[in-house]
Amino acid sequence: MRKRLRCAVFGWLGAALVCAGLAAPAQAADPIKIGFGMALTGGLAGNGKAALIAMQIWAEEINAKDGLLGRPVQLVYYDDQTNPSTVPAIYSKLLDIDKVDLVMSGYGTNLEAPAMPIIMQHGLVFIGLFGLAVNDQFHYDRFFQMQPNGPDAKHSLSQGFIEAAMTVKPTPKTLALVGADAEYPKVALEGARDIAKKFGLKVVYDGSYPPTTVDYTPIVRAIQATNPDVVFVASYPPDSAGIIRAVNEVGLKTRVFGGGMIGLQYASLKQQFGPLLNGIICYELYAPEPTLNFPGITEFINKYQPKAIAAGADALGYYLPPYAYAGMQVLGQAVEATKSLDQQKLAEYIHANNFKMVVGGVRFGKEGEWLGPRVLFVQYHGVSGHELAQFEKPGTEVIVYPGEYKSGELEAPYSDIKR
Amino acid sequence: MDFSTFLQLLIGATADGILLGGFYAAVSVGVAISFGMLDIVNIAHPAFIILGAYAAFLANRQLGLDPIAAAFVMLPVFFALGAAVYQTYYLVFERRGDEALRGLAFFFGLLFVIEVSLILMFGVDYRFVNADYVNIVRDYGPIHLPLRTVVPFGVSVALVTALQLFLSRTFTGRAIMAVSQDRLALQLMSVDPRRIKRIAFGISIATAAFAGAFLIIIQPVQPSMGRDYIGRIFAICVLGGLGSFPGMVAAAILLGVVESITSTFAGPSWSPAVSFGVLLLTLALRPSGIMGR
Amino acid sequence: MRQRTFWLVAAIAAIVVFASFRLLLVPYWFQPGYKVLQFIVLATAWNILGGYTGYVNFGTAAFFALGAYTTIALNKIVPLPLPILMLLGGAVSGIVGFGTGYLTLRLRGAFFSIATLALAVVAQTLITNWEFVGGSRGAYAIRPAHYPIFDVYLHALFLDYVQYLFFIMLVLAVIAIGVARSVERSRLGYGFAAIRDDEQAAEAAGVPTLRLKLLATTVSGALMGMAGAPLPYYLTYLEPASGFDLAYAVNSIAAPLIGGLTTWSGPFIGAILLTFLQEAATVSFSSAYGVLIVGLLLMAFVVIAPNGLIGLAKRLGLDEALAAIQWPPQVFRSRR
Repeated sequence: MRKRLRCAVFGWLGAALVCAGLAAPAQAADPIKIGFGMALTGGLAGNGKAALIAMQIWAEEINAKDGLLGRPVQLVYYDDQTNPSTVPAIYSKLLDIDKVDLVMSGYGTNLEAPAMPIIMQHGLVFIGLFGLAVNDQFHYDRFFQMQPNGPDAKHSLSQGFIEAAMTVKPTPKTLALVGADAEYPKVALEGARDIAKKFGLKVVYDGSYPPTTVDYTPIVRAIQATNPDVVFVASYPPDSAGIIRAVNEVGLKTRVFGGGMIGLQYASLKQQFGPLLNGIICYELYAPEPTLNFPGITEFINKYQPKAIAAGADALGYYLPPYAYAGMQVLGQAVEATKSLDQQKLAEYIHANNFKMVVGGVRFGKEGEWLGPRVLFVQYHGVSGHELAQFEKPGTEVIVYPGEYKSGELEAPYSDIKR
Repeated sequence: MDFSTFLQLLIGATADGILLGGFYAAVSVGVAISFGMLDIVNIAHPAFIILGAYAAFLANRQLGLDPIAAAFVMLPVFFALGAAVYQTYYLVFERRGDEALRGLAFFFGLLFVIEVSLILMFGVDYRFVNADYVNIVRDYGPIHLPLRTVVPFGVSVALVTALQLFLSRTFTGRAIMAVSQDRLALQLMSVDPRRIKRIAFGISIATAAFAGAFLIIIQPVQPSMGRDYIGRIFAICVLGGLGSFPGMVAAAILLGVVESITSTFAGPSWSPAVSFGVLLLTLALRPSGIMGR
Repeated sequence: MRQRTFWLVAAIAAIVVFASFRLLLVPYWFQPGYKVLQFIVLATAWNILGGYTGYVNFGTAAFFALGAYTTIALNKIVPLPLPILMLLGGAVSGIVGFGTGYLTLRLRGAFFSIATLALAVVAQTLITNWEFVGGSRGAYAIRPAHYPIFDVYLHALFLDYVQYLFFIMLVLAVIAIGVARSVERSRLGYGFAAIRDDEQAAEAAGVPTLRLKLLATTVSGALMGMAGAPLPYYLTYLEPASGFDLAYAVNSIAAPLIGGLTTWSGPFIGAILLTFLQEAATVSFSSAYGVLIVGLLLMAFVVIAPNGLIGLAKRLGLDEALAAIQWPPQVFRSRR
């Protein structure tokens, strides 16, 4: 008898739970929810926080103007802690529990790839923020990448640098390559080797280092021992800093120095190194040069900077923020143009159209990359002292590649430039 | 490459390695005391070093103090901290004879708590100091000596020498050496072993203040860096032989040179494996170390 | 309860859990569920060497990640069904555990612990430099579209691949707990306990301490490797930094210490509690607080309640109270 009672109780309890689980929570009919994970803590938090501010600016602007399709936009986000193992759960929660209408990605390959299976399962449009070759594995037709590398990321990361270096007289003959033991630097160096061959440069040093390296002097010394004309570095912020310091201590003698050094785009490193940056040719995504006058970029930067300083994120916003904002612009424009939230229609629209954004005009290719690259290489000129204001004026980060945005001449040799 | 370049690289790498080794000695001396002499496996020591680095950072930013001067100022604080930690450790673990498992877990938890607290307070960005000598380099032929590593090396040598003199010449120092060798005898000489151990552990943590100052002079610091040093520190102490300062210094310099040379010739990718490989080999082949007792 | 009965009860409980998740909850819950199960396995595995035998292993991440990387390496050569991959991952980690033990277990416990720390770094460096498994660039593991057997039925049973992973991990958790419990109550367990309590006395009494310690390390490592094998499919993309995350080590040590070191139920309760707490902290404050809470709890329990929650319960007489009200109910009366 007791057993029967117990069964009955559990049966009703079970039924109640089933009802609770099946009944969708009453949804506020109004806001359009855009969900994503973002690195707000952990190693990539610097960029993550900056990206979030940019996306929030976009949401505020849209809501000030009637929203999307007449409905207000609401950003629903969770901190992925720069930890890939949180990502599947985050997107699962966004879809099953928060019931978001649209999704965006987090920042970086490591945090985008784990989301792909669930994104593909639900057939969502997914705009990535700076991920290298994520879609090469999945070939997903609703994936788009907001990064200026273009379809041939491997080569566009170093093409500009080497091409600009070859304009130096007399023509350089030898090249040193060095990079961190990680995804992006390895890809960049692979591309650099190909391009070196194309230009007839001999690679006299080709090395890598673990990201936990304390002292970069041995590496720089080893590079110096090979007497290269050109030195190309592919590094992340901590190693970029260590290498610049080592280069100055060892007194590296070379004609062209720099490369794809992530970190130099950030306000904190620009401030820290000040004049030590002079002469370095580095890849940037934006510089306040007159040749880069995309619609809305100056207004965006002006809106972004005070918020970022208040939140303790990157004070300049020349790296990720414009791209995060532009990613939202793409999504928003697609929704307005197709007048729907249907993922299929959105994907088709994005593939078929040109977009004008704060980072310039963009058309997406078949696998979601930009049809044409827009990787800028700038050389730092005339930096003195450690004030940030000089980086907000034209003439400090002079664009030397590509030709269509060029704003000044390349100075060489590197060793002679005053620091 | 030709021989003269090779030689240049080798000399340069060796010089770098020696300077680095001096720094490693300062980093390890605390554990040489706590593990080598007091038998306390303080794996949270690197966290205290990072704490010291942030203390130096704050002093540098707010008061404009040179990091090493800041370390002197922080000495009493870190000493008191060490004494407090030991007292807790003694009351909870040593008295009950529980230290093997739970003591280790305690320090492991402490390592994490310190690291996460620093993350919460300062974030994960790299912090650095502005000291006058950080960018100066002195050249002597093929040898470049950046003051960034020379100054910590010099102060570190002074520190270790001072500690060695303290241990061998003063009464308290000799009591510290005695407490690990024969606790009962020490008690019979009416010295309270607990007090001695408290002082010793306090000194151990106080050295972390200096090591932290050196660290932030040499390179930018962020809270999770401590973990890279756990293995290095214990590798050095085990290789040098527990309880022997000269052994520890020799091991530190040896490790610094080997890491530097590996970095220069074989490529830096293998550097981390060097120290830990050395540790594993030492444990397997000669656990008493170079000069172990 | 006899061991055979325990296996039966555990299996039934597992089926009930899976059915509840599958039928009552939205698919999202399989994700945190997978995490909890993963930690239950890791904590239980750690405890076999740690709580039962008294040797602290800081290198959980190494054994775990080696299992994951076995999957990735084998994936590149020949596609294998997941259960086979788990067995192989377990074998690799078991062998590594044996090797580490062989090198260091003749020394004091502290040296073993430091060696496991070193092992974690060496393993990570080796993997980072091994291009075949992607090295530092990481490797992709695309989830297979078809199951090895009963494809149609399994597709109906599991709405998506994560549910399949959840189920597999559930089976592994049952195995881990069952193994832990049977070890605990066997002569092997007594041997472990003897080593933990006083190794020299045990050695003097004729307990083959080295052999037992090696066995504990191997079993512990193998279970951790098996827990790691499905990880690449869960994440789709694995790179060394996340595979070797130190959080695995902290949690696998904290869970048994908080739950209780001497029985299988300690790590079980500890893992569930800790995962729950960390999720709660992440949602309410920030994720960094989650780790802080784990660390503080670890220290607090180590100081105040050395025998964990189970020990506290025993001290408060809870186990006697439970026996008095006949809970858990003796569903199957044993003849003892």
